[in-house]
Amino acid sequence: MTIPDLVSTFKNVSIDTTQDAVVIDGVSKIFRKPSPLLRRRPWSSQTEDKQKYEILAIDNISLTVKQGEIVGILGANGSGKSTLIRMLSTLLIPDTGSITVFGYDVVKNEAVVQRLINRVSVEASFFKKLSPMENLLYAARLYNMSGSVARAKIKEILHRLGINSDRIGAPLENMSRGMQQKVAIARAFLTSPIVLLLDEPTTGLDPRSKVDVQNFVNELRDVHGATILITTHDMEEADALCDRVAIIDKGRIIASGEAGELKRNVTALQGKSTLVTMNEVFMHYTASRLITEEDIKLYGSWEKAFEAVEAQREEEK
Amino acid sequence: MASLVHQTRASYAFFERNWNLTKRYWAWEVVWLVYNVINALSVTLISKNTQMLGNVSRAQVNALTLYLIIGTAVWSYLSVTFDGITDMINIERWEGTIEHTFMAPISRFTHMFGSCWYAVIHGIFYTFVQLIIVASFFNLDLSRANYLTAVFVLVLGSISFIGLGIGASTLPLLFTERGAQMSYIIKAVVLLVSGVYYPVEVLPLWMQAIARISPATYVLNGLRDALQNNAPIWSLTIWASTWPLIISGVVSVPLGLWVFGIAERYAKRTGRLKRNG
Repeated sequence: MTIPDLVSTFKNVSIDTTQDAVVIDGVSKIFRKPSPLLRRRPWSSQTEDKQKYEILAIDNISLTVKQGEIVGILGANGSGKSTLIRMLSTLLIPDTGSITVFGYDVVKNEAVVQRLINRVSVEASFFKKLSPMENLLYAARLYNMSGSVARAKIKEILHRLGINSDRIGAPLENMSRGMQQKVAIARAFLTSPIVLLLDEPTTGLDPRSKVDVQNFVNELRDVHGATILITTHDMEEADALCDRVAIIDKGRIIASGEAGELKRNVTALQGKSTLVTMNEVFMHYTASRLITEEDIKLYGSWEKAFEAVEAQREEEK
Repeated sequence: MASLVHQTRASYAFFERNWNLTKRYWAWEVVWLVYNVINALSVTLISKNTQMLGNVSRAQVNALTLYLIIGTAVWSYLSVTFDGITDMINIERWEGTIEHTFMAPISRFTHMFGSCWYAVIHGIFYTFVQLIIVASFFNLDLSRANYLTAVFVLVLGSISFIGLGIGASTLPLLFTERGAQMSYIIKAVVLLVSGVYYPVEVLPLWMQAIARISPATYVLNGLRDALQNNAPIWSLTIWASTWPLIISGVVSVPLGLWVFGIAERYAKRTGRLKRNG
């Protein structure tokens, strides 16, 4: 099975593959908290008041992704991963900074960017009464595919993802969540995106399905040169799949680099003799404050220092 | 040319999707049709009561029956078409597919056009079936009906209904939970002021002023002239309904798209497109 050729879909868009695929430059996003009708908001512009009524979802993030790279964005729930993916997907307008995809600005050149990207969200969103074929045919036509070409490709991709032919025409509501997520992944692959945004794509999938999806993601990059940005909670997946990772916490990137490099840094910092896992790297950087060598000395080990710092944070709440 | 092919395919995508949804929700279509037929009958049977009051000729009763049937049919058509258009956002909100549709490389005009032409065809077919069922309960005299004019007025009026529907669909776009219900207010105002079941002359003067800018007023006038008085398309009586419908069509569609564009941008600034996550 081969994934549809990328270049054929972008006949009318000129892409300079020598430049960076995605450039995120100083992007911030603030959301206002909803409040009841009669609750008065202070007019004061004091920072304290602002913090009460606003959520800083993304705080001055900059990140560059090269063409053909798989970059993982790792973060806890509510850390800003999905907000960042939504801004890249043209679904959310940044308050400050800019995002470009192969030089095209996601706000000013929205239509062009939309042709180059696709996204898989954590929630498989479909018309649940319709079948995978009907849902994917709808998506394919929106991306300028003819019915006959789309039907053949839909069968091919779904089969590749392990969905039997007899399920293709049945309503999606009768499928398990894992199967629905596979159809969501098929929908994104179907349109041959040159930049694929995967927002926790394997959450809820069984181990075999996870491997199927990971192999497919690798194939999309290796065979067709697609650039992939993936958010995940699964540190093993990030380690196995990503060329580079960026750890995001409270809307800021707090660490980035190759997984191996981050592991070596944290191993050295924690004074361990064996290489730490990506889970430990993640815990290290997303602790309420960075665990220093002094903390390790004070509490005896990195784990004890981590526990103490987290306990302090709970008390402060 | 390539762009035109793309936008045509995308427009058909909405038509095909809505047709597939109609087929899957066929039981709902039947229930809604029965509901509308019962509603139309309960309104039209008022004309029989008028006969019981005495001193009213049979011809007058028949004229009132036809008057009410036209009112119920137009109301049904407006409801089905209007709901079909606002549902393009409602259903996507409900299913959570709205973000996928909004990140597709298509113009908003294509998005709206694709959904609207299905809504219009669906509405015309639906109303036709309802009309046949309701008319079978009454011995109507349609010897003076001009069907060509009726279709012409209905299609012309649809353009304005589409504009209203596009404007109204900003409500479910901005108000995730209750936006769909909020859009009912627009239908309710149109029902009140447009002379669906009574002439606009019975309204207070300030309401008559609103009636003058409601496209449904002119659709109803035109249809009644066509079906009750055999008025041809080129007649002055039909022209009196045609020119306001042309103006409201020309104004309401771009205005609806403009309002929707502002709402979309606001939704993208404030993160209202998402349901969760």
